[in-house]
Amino acid sequence: MLEELEQHYRQATAALAASEGREALAAWHRDTLGKKGSIYLLTRNLGALSAEERPAFGRRLNEIKAHLEADYDQRLAEAEAAALEAQMAAGALDVTLPGRRPAHGRLHITTRTLRDIYRIFGDMGFQVYRSPDVETDEMNFELLNFPPHHPAREMQDSFYTTTPGVILRTHTSAGQIRAMREYYPDPIRVVLPGMCYRNEQVTARSEMQFTQVELLAVGDDISFADLKGTLTDFARRLFGADRQTRFRASYFPFTEPSAEMDISCILCNGAGCSICKYTGWLEILGCGMVHPVVLRNGGYDPERYFGFAAGMGPERIAMLKYGIDDIRQFWANDLRFLEQF
Amino acid sequence: MRVPLSWLREYVDIDLSVAEVAEILTNAGLEVESVEYLGLPGAELEWDRERIVLAQVLRVEQHPDADRLVLATVDYGAAEPKVAVTGAPNLFAYVGRGDLTELRLFAPYALEGATLYDGHKDGRVKAKLKGRPLRGIYNDSMLCSEKELGISEEHEGIILVRGDEIRAEEQGSRGAGERERADRGLPPAPPPPRPPALPAPGTPLQDVLGDAVLEIAILPNTARATSIIGVARELAALTAKPLRLPGYDVVAAAAGAGRPPIDQRVVITTDRPDLNPRFVALLIEGVQQIASPYWMQHRLRLAGQRPINVVVDISNYVMLEVGQPNHTFDYDVLRRRADGYAPDGPVRIHTRLPHPGETITTLDGAERKLEPYTILVTDPAGNLSIGGIMGGRESEIGPTTTNVLLEAASWDFINIRRSANALDLHTEAAYRFSRGVPPSLALLGAKRAAELLRLLAGGTIAPGIVDTYPDPAPPVVIDLDPVYARKLSGLDLPAGEIAALLRRLEFVVEPAGERLRVTAPDHRLDIEGPHDLVEEVCRLYGYDRIPSTLLADTLPPQRRNVALEREERLRDLLAQLGLQEVWTYRLTSAAREARLLPVGQPDDRPYVTLSNPPAPDRYAMRHSVLSSVLEVAAANSRHAPRIALFEIGAIYLGSEDGPLPDELPRLAIVMTGRRQVEDWTDGAPASFDFYDLKGILDALFATLHVPVTVEAAAHPSYRPGRCARLLVGQQVIGAMGELHPGVVKGFDVRAERDQAVLAADIDLQALLPLIPDSYRYTALPAYPPVREDLALVVDASLPASAVEAALRAAGGALLRDVALFDVYAGSQLPGGKKSLAYHLTFQAPDKTLTDADVSRQRGRILRLLEQQLGATLRG
Ligand SMILES: [Zn+2]
Repeated sequence: MLEELEQHYRQATAALAASEGREALAAWHRDTLGKKGSIYLLTRNLGALSAEERPAFGRRLNEIKAHLEADYDQRLAEAEAAALEAQMAAGALDVTLPGRRPAHGRLHITTRTLRDIYRIFGDMGFQVYRSPDVETDEMNFELLNFPPHHPAREMQDSFYTTTPGVILRTHTSAGQIRAMREYYPDPIRVVLPGMCYRNEQVTARSEMQFTQVELLAVGDDISFADLKGTLTDFARRLFGADRQTRFRASYFPFTEPSAEMDISCILCNGAGCSICKYTGWLEILGCGMVHPVVLRNGGYDPERYFGFAAGMGPERIAMLKYGIDDIRQFWANDLRFLEQF
Repeated sequence: MRVPLSWLREYVDIDLSVAEVAEILTNAGLEVESVEYLGLPGAELEWDRERIVLAQVLRVEQHPDADRLVLATVDYGAAEPKVAVTGAPNLFAYVGRGDLTELRLFAPYALEGATLYDGHKDGRVKAKLKGRPLRGIYNDSMLCSEKELGISEEHEGIILVRGDEIRAEEQGSRGAGERERADRGLPPAPPPPRPPALPAPGTPLQDVLGDAVLEIAILPNTARATSIIGVARELAALTAKPLRLPGYDVVAAAAGAGRPPIDQRVVITTDRPDLNPRFVALLIEGVQQIASPYWMQHRLRLAGQRPINVVVDISNYVMLEVGQPNHTFDYDVLRRRADGYAPDGPVRIHTRLPHPGETITTLDGAERKLEPYTILVTDPAGNLSIGGIMGGRESEIGPTTTNVLLEAASWDFINIRRSANALDLHTEAAYRFSRGVPPSLALLGAKRAAELLRLLAGGTIAPGIVDTYPDPAPPVVIDLDPVYARKLSGLDLPAGEIAALLRRLEFVVEPAGERLRVTAPDHRLDIEGPHDLVEEVCRLYGYDRIPSTLLADTLPPQRRNVALEREERLRDLLAQLGLQEVWTYRLTSAAREARLLPVGQPDDRPYVTLSNPPAPDRYAMRHSVLSSVLEVAAANSRHAPRIALFEIGAIYLGSEDGPLPDELPRLAIVMTGRRQVEDWTDGAPASFDFYDLKGILDALFATLHVPVTVEAAAHPSYRPGRCARLLVGQQVIGAMGELHPGVVKGFDVRAERDQAVLAADIDLQALLPLIPDSYRYTALPAYPPVREDLALVVDASLPASAVEAALRAAGGALLRDVALFDVYAGSQLPGGKKSLAYHLTFQAPDKTLTDADVSRQRGRILRLLEQQLGATLRG
């Protein structure tokens, strides 16, 4: 009897191994371990055994049932895993097909550049002060120490309105006097952003309309050394911590001493390339100590107060930063340009 | 200003590279914009040091088989002379004259393998010199023309120069220069590096004629650098080297019979010493109009001037060297005119403003009308020249002139600038005078030019000088407080060091108590106050050596800029909502903007208009941001399938309250084309319609917490029936809708058929103040909501906003949300009706609602809406 049991076990094991797939396994289970399965049928033979034989047979039968159940569970798990694999394999995608891109908006590159400038100077206590685009000649020139017919006026060709004495501002320095007169006698730290206009031939390098940011600080303890430190910090935050700056003497009627600030070329790091015309330096902004005449015109006594001013072009900064070679792109607003930023 | 380095070296010793010189000058405010090289490394044509050398012409013989070729035997430094076959016409005169060694004739000489410009081709085409037979005689070397070396376009003959004309000789004595130095309290200059050895045959041509020319940008305060000496003076100060000035003494003829001094022959007066402070004149007789020496021609050419003849060249040379423009009159013409007004008296020169209607014929032959402020040089017979700008035709020196009256004057720079601009006459003289030429230079320039005319043109200087200088400018004296200098510069220098730096620039500095008393040199017109002196100290000390510090001054009161903050918030929100920001031109024209209003309705506020517009259609500051954005949309509509743009910017409305316009911020939005980017998964996306724009605005105002309501409106820019105005309370803040087809056409926006162009135009002056900085939050519900759907049938003309408002009013506090999910009008409904289906969300803050609660609310809603709007439940 025991012999028959073992033979049955071998047959069932072989049949399990031969069953592939969940359905075949389920059929095997029904036929082997089910209520009417072959193992169950073997228990019927128990009655034919002697009382001595019966416990051993029963023990062995239970062992075999447990083994077969365990083997079955393992085979079923394998079969299910294989089925899942097959199902997933059938659902493979071409991951290189393009995705669905949501339409989204962007800020203009000029806005982004202005915000960079506001943020850096904001951290140093400078706040944004805005003044009109359409300005008086007095604010734009005379009070900034540009006398009528002075050669300095030819540095900035103006658009004149049909109202005498009213022009389109040529620089946001025009807001200096307004800020000083409004804030006197407080110390001042402001950035003056805005649109400027010059009667120039429109080319890849010059526009009749452009944005500018002017910086103005006034107080009783402000020196050219502070100007250098503040602007060098600015340049490093905007263009990278390893930027070198160079200050060289220049001329603006409303500052004295005046300077141009250059930064070491962001492309070649000073080695010389076509962007920096092989000088290793890029001109970034003009600056200087506020001229005593301008301080006085703003209401501040030049014997007591000192100040510095700087003017920079956000387009120029963006052009250097992103390698844009044509300033007209800023106003053409071609989406193929704008969507790159 | 073009500054040849070799010329600069005449006045200052330079032991630096060209790049170092350029850097030093640039850092000190004389920006070297470019360096142009002639013959040296860096030049477009570098002269081979081995193969392009100076040669001495020893003998010239006729080519045996060619009339138009000669054989020149030259010494080029090698052991044996060499023969070059050449057709240079300026050698023909020497044929058969035997040994020419004593004539010391020199010429540039190129040997086989040298690269030169091809003299026979237009433009500059490089070619390598190769040996070949010329009419039977093998030739492998060449005497060069200026064109072949890249010096000029001249190719008529070779450069053939007497040895002593190759380089500038000491011209005039140095003694006067030394006296000038002594007058200024300067130590004597060391002797110049002279006499220069005559260059030997075989010297590389690079070392003889090669040069580097610095192009220096002139700023309004660096007019002093419009001369070679001016630049040399800066370089000397910056490199702490002495400056060598040229001799300013003149060797005049002895006064005697037949040669009366100039002051008996010429009298100069002015009635406007304010406009013409100084007028210096010398008389040089017996001038020969020959070519100027080669060194002078070469220098003029390098500095950008074309050599003409010795008289014109000296005039230009002195202007470039000293910085004093000067003018040469034909003295015989002046004398002839004087014979008419004073046969026995002197020539009477007078500077004055023009008579009404007076004109002048300038030396370029043009008859010119004169502004009432343009000062003239005249005599009693009429006018002679426009002071400081251009000479007149009649008194100009001609080819036969032998007696020259030399004028060197000074003029008010503002007046010259105005006059030159009005006359549109931008001569080299006007360029300098309109930037300021100090009166002290008039005398130096006049003497220098006269002496050169004597030395180089064979002239004789009449005794004496006429110097009309009625009100000499007082010296500029400034007290400089070293404490002020430190506070302004951040550089802590002892008074002694400040004084030493200023003295290098020829300032006279004396201690005056704690301060320094500083007298500016008379060649500086740009020094007005102590701040100018601090700049000079900083320049000489070196901007780069000044410390860098951070602001330690009191932090000013920190003020918000609320308008800017809110504009920036709007920009962020609009970009998040899918719109691309643009920045546009603000100059436009009334006609461009009128396209926005196809049925008329002119704008009644005046435009700000330009008197010098850049283009006929850009003469006015805009009244509409929408018009600007539509132009951008139109340009992009040629290639972009999806256009969704906004701009936040100002419009400019002429004001009656003052000269300046009102600058008012506006927001404009334009949308057209595809709602989404087309992709391969879903076919072509739908097009933007009215409700896309409406949804963006709804989301925008909801996020800003501004309660904007929308009502149907009529506006000529928009399609009737698809336009709305935006209100906050009773205040209109803008308009939106689908643009009128006439507007779309007017702007040439290329929309595909059935694609609408949507636009909104919002007054930010009105909106921005309504944006709250803060608002209360609504607590999240603690009890579950109950959702009910409700479809109502109402008159088709009833606005949805009215139905929703009634629903919310009727639903009371328990009706937490109302969401429209379907609109239907069609055959299943009676004519003139539409169905609106809503999701209603009921929720109580304090309990779970029962079916009975909801049913009660629902009944109440239906009852009230039927009463108020005639609404019925859709069956
Ligand atoms: Zn570079």
